[in-house]
Amino acid sequence: MRQSLIQWFKFASPQSFYPLAGRMIPWFWAAAAVFGIAGLWISFFVAPTDAQQGEGYRIIFVHVPASWMSMFIYVVMAFWAGRGLALNTRVSAMMAQSLAPTGALMAALSLWTGALWGKPMWGAWWVWDARLTSELILFFLYLGFMALQAAIDDPRRADKAGAILALVGVVNIPIIYFSVKWWNTLHQGSTINLNKAPSMAQTMLWGMLLMALAFWMYSIAVALMRVRAIILERERHTEWVKHAVE
Amino acid sequence: MNAFFATVRRDLLLAMRRKSEVLTAVFFFVIVTSLFPLGIGPEPVLLKKIAPGILWVAALLATLLGLPRLFAADHVDGTLEQMALSPSPLGLLVAGKILAHWLLCGLPLVLLAPVLGLQFDLDASALGILTLALLLGTPLLSLIGAIGAALTLGVRGGGVLLALLVLPLYIPALIFGAGAVEAHIAGLDVGGHLSLLAAMLVLAAFFAPWATTAALRIALE
Amino acid sequence: MQWNSVGEFFAMGGYALYVWGSFGACAILLIAEPFLAKRRLKQIRQSLIRERLADELESQQRTQ
Repeated sequence: MRQSLIQWFKFASPQSFYPLAGRMIPWFWAAAAVFGIAGLWISFFVAPTDAQQGEGYRIIFVHVPASWMSMFIYVVMAFWAGRGLALNTRVSAMMAQSLAPTGALMAALSLWTGALWGKPMWGAWWVWDARLTSELILFFLYLGFMALQAAIDDPRRADKAGAILALVGVVNIPIIYFSVKWWNTLHQGSTINLNKAPSMAQTMLWGMLLMALAFWMYSIAVALMRVRAIILERERHTEWVKHAVE
Repeated sequence: MNAFFATVRRDLLLAMRRKSEVLTAVFFFVIVTSLFPLGIGPEPVLLKKIAPGILWVAALLATLLGLPRLFAADHVDGTLEQMALSPSPLGLLVAGKILAHWLLCGLPLVLLAPVLGLQFDLDASALGILTLALLLGTPLLSLIGAIGAALTLGVRGGGVLLALLVLPLYIPALIFGAGAVEAHIAGLDVGGHLSLLAAMLVLAAFFAPWATTAALRIALE
Repeated sequence: MQWNSVGEFFAMGGYALYVWGSFGACAILLIAEPFLAKRRLKQIRQSLIRERLADELESQQRTQ
């Protein structure tokens, strides 16, 4: 028991996490590539043409994974930030910081692909639908988190302030989503009903799941890459960093 | 509890000595709401339809205007550090400061809103709902805003950053607050909107002073 | 497989702009991000190596 606890805390230090992350990155890239190729194969060559939306529906294979990841990464980011705040572990806070840009990127991709899907299907680049609106707000929350961390010079203070913001955000996300949904049903003026999605074929679901896995592995790989840079930047005055870059 | 009321009294007294700061937010509210009809046109039907949204967005921005000052002066002259060291819990003092902020920046908006609503041809019952919604909503804005004010205390570009952090979190209040008035104008029941606004207020009153205190302690380190 | 020719594949049943716009944006951004992360790591490593060389040079001069 004691032994395993020590093992865990060993990896919680930047010094041992830095090489560990370096060893893990190629595996996550490989997994992302395998899932990505399989997912792309299904999305373009296996999944049949949709009866209502023609070939345009194929956007779903990047749109849905990007949206899922944008939400999931925020929760993971808040988890690491909260852990860093509670246990005062440096690597947790650095993980939170390195996840934010990837999460923001996913939210931006989700909005972009959503607009490109909306234009041919509903005739508008943007509608004030509950899901689109909450995704936009999520994007703003990511920007706020990154802006706050960038504005504070002392990294320890930036970590803690960012953690509080991330936790406040994570409490607010369900409230925001619920309120936007309520607002949308009250203003049901438009003729567009997004819930009338075409029944999902089994192959489409598989394609979407594989693409989501690829996005997931990608996010881990790129976050680990960034966290390695952050570790070196923050720990540059320590002795071990001087030897880590032989 | 004495410390709580002492903080409220102190902040009110300080504000009374610098009236211009309080009046700025109020004037801002009045001017912004009056600009909209000039920009959109004097058509009463349209104005009546967009009135709840305009009044609420203006209230949001007016609250935001006063937020950077919530802790700044006390931070600069060291009062905040004394508060953190004082025997009474910091959370209580912070709650007092938030209440004082609402009395100075929120309550005037609530009292002015019915008058400004007249510009938009709202009838008496709609004005009543608007005032009630703002009465429930503006303390919520002060509470959430205090977290942002504490997080951006003494930070570069604090004012703009504060808006970026806080405005997304204001969206639920905006939706239910403006929604209540709109629903009333449309002849629907407003109980749901107001209860949700009240529920959010209770939730924020419970958690926001706590989160603000945590953020202040970080800023004071 | 529902494509009879390469041209048909790229035409995407008339939705080429939207489908390739989405997949293209994803491809560009998802390739650019790792490169930016890699560059950041490289920059900090180079700066650390330079720092170390400067230290070594300084200590050499001192011993001379």
